[in-house]
Amino acid sequence: MSPKTLYDKIWDAHVVHQAEDGTCLLYIDRHLVHEVTSPQAFEGLRMSGRKVRAPERTIAVPDHNVPTTEGRDNPETMPEDSRIQVAALDKNARDFGVNYYPVSDIRQGIVHIVGPENGWTLPGMTVVCGDSHTATHGAFGALAHGIGTSEVEHVLATQTLIQSKSKNMKVEITGKLAPGVTAKDVVLTIIGHTGTGGGTGYVIEYCGEAIRSLSMEGRMTICNMAIEGGARAGLIAPDQTTFDYVKGRTHAPKGAQFEAALDWWKTLYSDDDAHWDKVVTIRGEDIAPTVTWGTSPEDALPVTAEVPAPESFKGGKVEAARRSLDYMGLTPGQKLTDIEIDTVFIGSCTNGRIEDLRAAAEVLKGRKVKEGMRAMIVPGSGLVRAQAEEEGLAEIFKEAGFEWRLAGCSMCLAMNPDQLAPGERCAATSNRNFEGRQGRGGRTHLMSPAMAAAAAITGRITDIREFTAAEAV
Amino acid sequence: MEKFEKFSGVAAPMPLVNIDTDMIIPKQYLKTIKRSGLGVSAFAEMRYDDEGNEIPDFVLNKPAYRDSQIIVAGDNFGCGSSREHAPWALADFGIKVVISTSFADIFYNNCFKNGMLPIVMPQEVVDVLMQDAEKGQNARIEVDLEAQTVTTSEGESFTFELDPFRKHCLLEGLDDIGLTLEKATAIDTFEGQIAQSRPWV
Ligand code: SF4
Repeated sequence: MSPKTLYDKIWDAHVVHQAEDGTCLLYIDRHLVHEVTSPQAFEGLRMSGRKVRAPERTIAVPDHNVPTTEGRDNPETMPEDSRIQVAALDKNARDFGVNYYPVSDIRQGIVHIVGPENGWTLPGMTVVCGDSHTATHGAFGALAHGIGTSEVEHVLATQTLIQSKSKNMKVEITGKLAPGVTAKDVVLTIIGHTGTGGGTGYVIEYCGEAIRSLSMEGRMTICNMAIEGGARAGLIAPDQTTFDYVKGRTHAPKGAQFEAALDWWKTLYSDDDAHWDKVVTIRGEDIAPTVTWGTSPEDALPVTAEVPAPESFKGGKVEAARRSLDYMGLTPGQKLTDIEIDTVFIGSCTNGRIEDLRAAAEVLKGRKVKEGMRAMIVPGSGLVRAQAEEEGLAEIFKEAGFEWRLAGCSMCLAMNPDQLAPGERCAATSNRNFEGRQGRGGRTHLMSPAMAAAAAITGRITDIREFTAAEAV
Repeated sequence: MEKFEKFSGVAAPMPLVNIDTDMIIPKQYLKTIKRSGLGVSAFAEMRYDDEGNEIPDFVLNKPAYRDSQIIVAGDNFGCGSSREHAPWALADFGIKVVISTSFADIFYNNCFKNGMLPIVMPQEVVDVLMQDAEKGQNARIEVDLEAQTVTTSEGESFTFELDPFRKHCLLEGLDDIGLTLEKATAIDTFEGQIAQSRPWV
C-alpha cells in the first residue's frame, strides 16, 4: 500500500462515490448547525418536501445572535432580526428532529465548543458546519470544514458533500515552547509566517513536539485558525491526549465500542514516507508571545516589536498596511507595548474554553482592571461557565472588575448587542481583526487569554513575561 | 427544482457593466431566514430612494418592465461577494434568464443551483438583444433551452453554448441534491458498511 497522510486516510474512509473527474461524494459523520447559515437550507427542504436524512448526526445550537446577558430567555431582549433567526432554528430543529441545545439548555454555547465538549466530535470523523471556523474540530484528527448554505441543505438532505481533494501541507513546530507562550501565540506566528493565503488549496496537518505537548484546548485553538491561514481544514493526529479527552464524554463510545474505536483511531497518523506538497517548519523556541497590529490575522508580531512601516512590505501589501495603520490609528515605530487598550474581550471559539479562562484567572487573581476599562469574559458554553464557577474562577473575574457573561459568540463578530464603538480599541482573544468585525470602526488586537487579561490590568498591550516577572519581585 | 421550460418574456435592458452582487442585493438584507421574499429588495439601492419610494427612472420600476423575466446586461454581471442571496433575489423577482457577454464565476454557478439560466453571448448579439429589450412590453424575447436559442420579437434567432450536463440538469429540474439522491443506494450501502466498521459514529 502506498504511504498516506492522515488527511488521505480520513478521506478514503468516507468516499461514497467517485466521479470520472475525481470529484467525490464524501459521507459526513457530523453536521453542526447554527441559526445564521441554516434557515434557507431548512426552507429548501420544506419547499422540496425532503427530510433530514440523518437527524441523529445533526446537532443544532444558536450562538451567533444570542445575547450574553442575564434574562436572555426573554426573546424581547433580542433585536427583531436576531430573534427571528433564533426562533427559526428553534422551529427547524424541532420540526426536523435534530439534536438541539436551545438557549435555555446549560449545554448551549458556541457550536465549535459544544461539539467536542459533548463527545460529538471524534477522531477520524468528517465534520461540517455552515461556518468557516469548523476547522476547530480538526484538533481531534477529524476532517472538518466550513460549507455554504446550499451545501448545508445538501448535507441535511443527503448526509454527503460533493468535494474535490485538497493538497497536503505539513506545518511542523519543533522543540519546546518558552514560558508564557501559548497555542494562540503559536498559531498567530504560523499565520504571520505563511500569510493568510499560504494555506489556500491545502489541508494542513500540524505536527512536531511543540504541538504534541499541547492540551486538547490548545490544539483546538491552533486548528480553529487554520482557515485564517487560508487552509480548507487543519488537522492534528490523535494520540493519548485526544483519547483521554474523548473518553467518558456523553456521545463518545463506551466500553467495548470505545476499545474498538481506539483500535482504529490509533491508525490515524501520517505514514513516515507520506508525500507532502508543502512543508513549513518553525522552531518552538523561536516563538514569542504574539499580538496583531493590523486588520488581517497575518499582521502578527512578537509583543516586543514595533508597529512596522508600510514601506517595509512588498507589492500590494504596502498599500494594505498603510490602510490598516490608518484604520487602527497607529504610527510606524510605535512600540506595541505602548498601545493603549479601551476594552478587553475574552471568549470565542478560539479561546473560550476552560483552560483559557484558567489562564486569564491566573493573571487576574487578586488584581483589578484599570479604571475605565470595559472588560468582559464570555465563556464558550454553559458547561464551561458552570465549571469556571465551580473552580472559583468566576469570583476572580468579577472581583477583578470583569463582566461575567452567558455563553455565545458575542463580541467576536458583534452580531448581538456586544459591539465596539468607532475608534474603540480592543484586546481580543478571538480570531479575526478585520475592519468592522467587532463593530463599525472598532480596532482589534488579537492575542492570548493571559495577554488579554494582563492588558485589562495595565491598560495597554503587555508582554506577559514581564508581567509575571514584575509580580515575582 | 422546477423544470426549465421554453418561454417568452419581457426583457429588461440593464446596459451597465460590472453589476455586482452588492447592487443586486445590498448587505442589509442578508439577515433574513428565507431565500424567497428577497425579490422586493433586488437592486434596492438603485430601485428605491432613502424614504423607500420607487425611483421611477429605474428600469424595473417602469410599467413596461415590472414583470420582466429576462435581464439583458452589460459585461461581468454578478461580480463581487459570493452571497447566494443574489440569485435568490433575482429568482424571487421572477427573473429566469440573464444574458450578458460575461458573468462572474461564482454567480454563474449559483444561478444553476437556483434554476436560473445565465446565457453568454458575443457583444454584437447582446447589442441586438439590448435594442429589442428597449422596446418594452410588446417585445417579448423567447428562450428555448432545448434548442439553445434566443429569439427576438422580430423573429431573429441566435444560438448559445452551454455545458451539456448543466443543460440536462436545468431541463430535468435536477439540482445538486436531486443528483446526489440518484445515488441514494450507494449512500445506503455506505451507511450499512459503517454501521459494521464504525458503529460508534
Ligand atoms: S465565536 Fe466567532 S469565529 Fe467562532 S463561531 Fe462564533 S462568530 Fe464564528
